[in-house]
Amino acid sequence: MFKSKIKILQLTVTLAACAFLLVPTILSILAGVTVNYFKGISSGLTLKWVYKVWELYADSIFLSMWLAICCLIVTLIIGLPAAYGLARHPGRLSRLLEEFISLPLAVPGLALALALLQLYGSMKGFRSSWTFILVGHVLYTLPFMVRSILAVLASMDLNTLEEGAATLGASPWQRFRDIVIPNAMPGILAGSLTVVTLSIGEFNLTWMLHTPYLKTLPVGLADSYASMRLEIASAYTLVFFVLIVPLLMAMQWASARAQRIAK
Amino acid sequence: MTNRNFVLACLTPLFIFSLAFLAFPLIRLFLASGESDAGWTIYLDILRKPRYLNTLVLTVVVSLATTIAALGVSTTAGMFLTRNRFRGRGVLLSVLTLPLAFPGVVIGFLIILLGGRQGLVNQLTPGHVVFAYSAIGLFLGYLYFSIPRVLLTVMAAAEKLDPALEEAARTMGASPYRVVVDVILPGLMPSLIASGAIAFATAMGAFGTAFTLATNIDVIPMVIYTEFTLSANIAMASALSIVLGIITWILLLFARSMSGSTVAAGG
Amino acid sequence: MTLRLTNTAKTYPDGTKALMPTELSVAKGEIVSLLGPSGCGKTTLLRIIAGLENPDEGSEIWFDNDNVTSLPVELRQVGMVFQSYALFPNMSVRANIGYGLKMKKLPKAEIESRVTEVLELCQLQKFSGRATDALSGGQRQRVALARAIAPRPRMLLLDEPLSALDAALREALRDELAILLREFNITAIFVTHDQDEAMAIADRVAVMSEGHIVQSGTPEELYRNPNSAFVAGFVGNAMHLNGKCDGKMLHLEGGALVLPKDGAGQNAFIRAESVKIDDKGTLSGQVENVTFLGNHYRIGIKGIMPDTLISMHSGQSAPKIGQTVKVAIRPEEIMLLPEGVNKN
Repeated sequence: MFKSKIKILQLTVTLAACAFLLVPTILSILAGVTVNYFKGISSGLTLKWVYKVWELYADSIFLSMWLAICCLIVTLIIGLPAAYGLARHPGRLSRLLEEFISLPLAVPGLALALALLQLYGSMKGFRSSWTFILVGHVLYTLPFMVRSILAVLASMDLNTLEEGAATLGASPWQRFRDIVIPNAMPGILAGSLTVVTLSIGEFNLTWMLHTPYLKTLPVGLADSYASMRLEIASAYTLVFFVLIVPLLMAMQWASARAQRIAK
Repeated sequence: MTNRNFVLACLTPLFIFSLAFLAFPLIRLFLASGESDAGWTIYLDILRKPRYLNTLVLTVVVSLATTIAALGVSTTAGMFLTRNRFRGRGVLLSVLTLPLAFPGVVIGFLIILLGGRQGLVNQLTPGHVVFAYSAIGLFLGYLYFSIPRVLLTVMAAAEKLDPALEEAARTMGASPYRVVVDVILPGLMPSLIASGAIAFATAMGAFGTAFTLATNIDVIPMVIYTEFTLSANIAMASALSIVLGIITWILLLFARSMSGSTVAAGG
Repeated sequence: MTLRLTNTAKTYPDGTKALMPTELSVAKGEIVSLLGPSGCGKTTLLRIIAGLENPDEGSEIWFDNDNVTSLPVELRQVGMVFQSYALFPNMSVRANIGYGLKMKKLPKAEIESRVTEVLELCQLQKFSGRATDALSGGQRQRVALARAIAPRPRMLLLDEPLSALDAALREALRDELAILLREFNITAIFVTHDQDEAMAIADRVAVMSEGHIVQSGTPEELYRNPNSAFVAGFVGNAMHLNGKCDGKMLHLEGGALVLPKDGAGQNAFIRAESVKIDDKGTLSGQVENVTFLGNHYRIGIKGIMPDTLISMHSGQSAPKIGQTVKVAIRPEEIMLLPEGVNKN
């Protein structure tokens, strides 16, 4: 008797939580395709708000995609060799370095942005270019890339595999190319999807680092929430969902897979 | 190139990047906090001036409330989803974890759709019920992004719990209630503490949600933002950033020592 | 290829001396086993030869007439079989075997034909397309061996090549490995802690203890003429006859024995197969345990010396536990060895 009561209670809480997360999402999707949200769905469905968003904010969407791709490339170039280096040299110094680059996970983006602004704000060319935002995105996503790859590398007997390749005549670079990268693939994939997803959704740093001519998707969203009618804001949010949800699902799938392999 | 040099070369880009864009900026931030007329006593001002102290208290209260609520909801849902297999379980799980990487601004907007002037609650109920721009709205927004994070940590821990422990307690005559109190909760405790610390730290530092919702109330990230952009009080903005950063960093370090991993994304 | 090591030692940064200054020569085509308990330095020595560890200053390693002491591992052209096999999980069996040839930048056709040849030699044709994690332990071992020899290395190094296998398979593969190594006609060094393995595979065994090679010789030499108590104990499990020596007589708790010569300052050792249960024996003791081993019994006898004396007893029946028995040991079977480990 007691057991089934507990179950009913648990189910209720679970469903309530789902409703809490899902209902506003559905509201925003509906609002984005309703002719007049204030009057309700009865006013009819339309895609005109989505077109309007495209007219107003297409640039911000493309900028976000461009930043995400660049961010991915940079985090791969820095993060992949770094994860390898950390895996090969496990020690106090490596732990310290890993802990240090993980700071952006803990320290709020706002604080990091302030720090960057104060040091580089006076370098006008850099400050006003998209690379300044890129630096913020790389700073924030790099630890995810490094850790994702490191987890996979740490789970295999990297040293012995490399020694095996070395006795067969492979140089350090060839070992890295033929043994390390292919075996780290699940971690690289999971890390890449995480980096792209987080970069597209990044707001805290970007809001501080952006300039009026460089608006990313989330910055544009904040802009529309403050100054546009609800239907446009919703339609814009809808566009964002369409972009981010598949990425998010792919990221979760890849992370679960990498974790399974790392066990 | 020898192997050792190759490995060191691999770490070089990371080292340079984090020196240039993390270490130096943070040092600059710290130095900037002491550059006002108040000097280093600016850190005392945070506790002495009611404007900052009240904000700090409010931020802690909202974050604490978020943490408790998220722990309650996510532990209940997490245990239920771990222990029961049924049709639609996967869908529920997706719904509960998808908001993981929603930016704070979007979550703020979703709360406005629930509790704003044109919000669902205001439309469905008679009278004027608008809560999105109050502490309640902020609390709900923080809860929104905390639920997935705590849920994932709790479920990972619950899956590692040995069902034989529960069965052993049952064979020794423990009631289901006692099993929860004596076996399940102690087993989950490290990850509950860890995910609680993560939820608290994320709520303390959340900017996006506050940016959208906190038009009438002040939380620390909003104060940092207004001090920096409107008041041009760069020293105070830096000092608050440092304090906030240290609080969240210590909390997450503590969380990691409890559970060995952190789920921190977005906010 | 001949191998010559002079004054080769290894001290780790923390000061641990894994290998004391060691001399070792291996003739062309010879198969040498480094035998010893764990921590004796045998794997360190092998890894130094491979180039996976740097020896201390003053060490020299010669492959024929080339001083390879400072040559990195990837240029030494050695083939190595690792204890865990270290097969690349991202490559098929064929790609694993071909990897060393690819590193030599050989033309594709040549790689293909050599891989096919080696696959046949190791009877792996059926598995060539498989992933390495879809193989059994024995198959993995053979892939590791095939991969090591495919690029025609100057020397083959094997680090406990059979220890990852279960007991039954290990015995079968031991003989197979002995045959394959001779078919390859290659200079080979392999490390093991299992004396049976060393005896079955090697032309010559180097017994190691505490960072030294204590004795090196053919399996027969080591068995019949150990130069130290350690070698006698490690190779063939000789037992120490612990008693008082008086000229040519050895007095034990359970009686006296005649020694082959004056035993002053020496320790007497005996092997279990030389301990005979015989009514005319001069020693008497009590049967402590009896293990039936098919064609013979292993009998533990107490009361003759402080430790239990083991006898390998062949016969249709064995004495009962608790029974008092007479034991005979022929003087010429007793080995007299100097006390302590002989460090060369």
